[in-house]
Amino acid sequence: MLLYVLAVVATPREAFWAFGVHAVLVGGAVAVARIPAGFLLRRLLVLIPFVLFAVFLPFFGGGARTDVLGLSVSVEGLWGAWTILAKATLGVTASIVMAATTEVPDILLGLDRLRAPRLITAIAGFMVRYLDVVLGEMHRMRIAMLSRGYDPRWIWQGRALATSAGALFIRSYERGERVYQAMVARGYEGQMPVLSSVPTRSGSWVRALAIPSIAWAVAVAAMLAA
Amino acid sequence: MSVPALEVRNLSFGYPDGTPVLHAVDFHVHPGERVALLGPNGAGKTTLVLHLNAIFQPSAGSVTVAGLPATDENVHEIRRRTGLVFQDPDDQLFMPTVRQDVAFGPANFGVTGPELDDRVRDALQAVGMLDVADRPPHHLSLGQRRRVAVATVLAMQPEILVLDEPSSNLDPASRHELAHILEALDITMFMVTHDLPYALELCERSLVMNNGRIVADGPTSVILGDRELMRANRLELPYGFDPSLVQPH
Repeated sequence: MLLYVLAVVATPREAFWAFGVHAVLVGGAVAVARIPAGFLLRRLLVLIPFVLFAVFLPFFGGGARTDVLGLSVSVEGLWGAWTILAKATLGVTASIVMAATTEVPDILLGLDRLRAPRLITAIAGFMVRYLDVVLGEMHRMRIAMLSRGYDPRWIWQGRALATSAGALFIRSYERGERVYQAMVARGYEGQMPVLSSVPTRSGSWVRALAIPSIAWAVAVAAMLAA
Repeated sequence: MSVPALEVRNLSFGYPDGTPVLHAVDFHVHPGERVALLGPNGAGKTTLVLHLNAIFQPSAGSVTVAGLPATDENVHEIRRRTGLVFQDPDDQLFMPTVRQDVAFGPANFGVTGPELDDRVRDALQAVGMLDVADRPPHHLSLGQRRRVAVATVLAMQPEILVLDEPSSNLDPASRHELAHILEALDITMFMVTHDLPYALELCERSLVMNNGRIVADGPTSVILGDRELMRANRLELPYGFDPSLVQPH
């Protein structure tokens, strides 16, 4: 995914055909993964701020100007807008494909196999594991506050929010201590054990690298042509 | 007599601020026995349990697990021999998936490859949770999580299973299912509980602890039937429950 995104970013902006190929690649991945269009479009909404920014660029950009539909716009700005729109859409679509097809534990396992530091994957794992627990605690504290007739909404009622944030921090800290005891009780000595011994098969590598390598070939070809 | 699975001799402990918690605690658990530890809140039960795994070191006295003293140099092996199941499964289950969590213990003791996979499968099978192996723990119900927590410890093949309040907060059906699973395990068991009928159902012998001392040790049915002892140690049977009417297994 990362390799694909880097390839898209490295593609020169003038090479329209190259972006066409990139779009076909990611579109193919979307089709193979059978991601519903609605699901994809809803998640593409994160792009909106960038799109707005891109829409304004041609009007405020400097340099040579040209006429489009009777409006005078900056050539440089137009290129900027195109680059942002094309690259961001492709990059975000690729991320959505990964997020939609790969469960969090698998992403962590994958990072482990790619030799990411185990401390980092362990921290990410704990975060995912305990996010729900901490949110649940937060929710219960809020209900407890509401049920005693207090519903802080305004900034000058921040005191209650600050104290509950503090209480949440202490609770999480204490839970951290208990989790550590539970880990120590099962023989943890400061190093996360290796849990998966299954080596990645070369077939998986070939499949995983297929799309990024095509994308890179296209990017390099486009660079040479430019 | 065989080597006790667990031997606690003259154990005393105080917190660093000087508050004494345990006073000369002394008892044995023999292989194959199932023993309940009863007592009011603040009696020192959880503190005692943390000694059995060498998480706390005693101020005086000793803990021995299957013949091995719980000293600093044996800490690692002691932790394998004593399988501690904590009260809150959210503290016990910290890995992204159930399978990884069950593998965590044995992997720490150097088990790898197919043997590790076998251990995980056997442990999950023993608690009837094999079908959730690849799910994240926070998607399971409390009853399921508690069963998985038992599996995480069974996978280390401990000499003794130590459970802290196994039935707390479970609905009656999950409580019953867990009892059924624990009953079927062929392992020495030491269980801290406030759930007196649970102790009667699962453990032939009980210890009563109060103010950091063991004040009674005997057959569970006798202890629960001793009204004086029960009242003196803030133990209450559920309304209408008569231990003398319960048929032994």
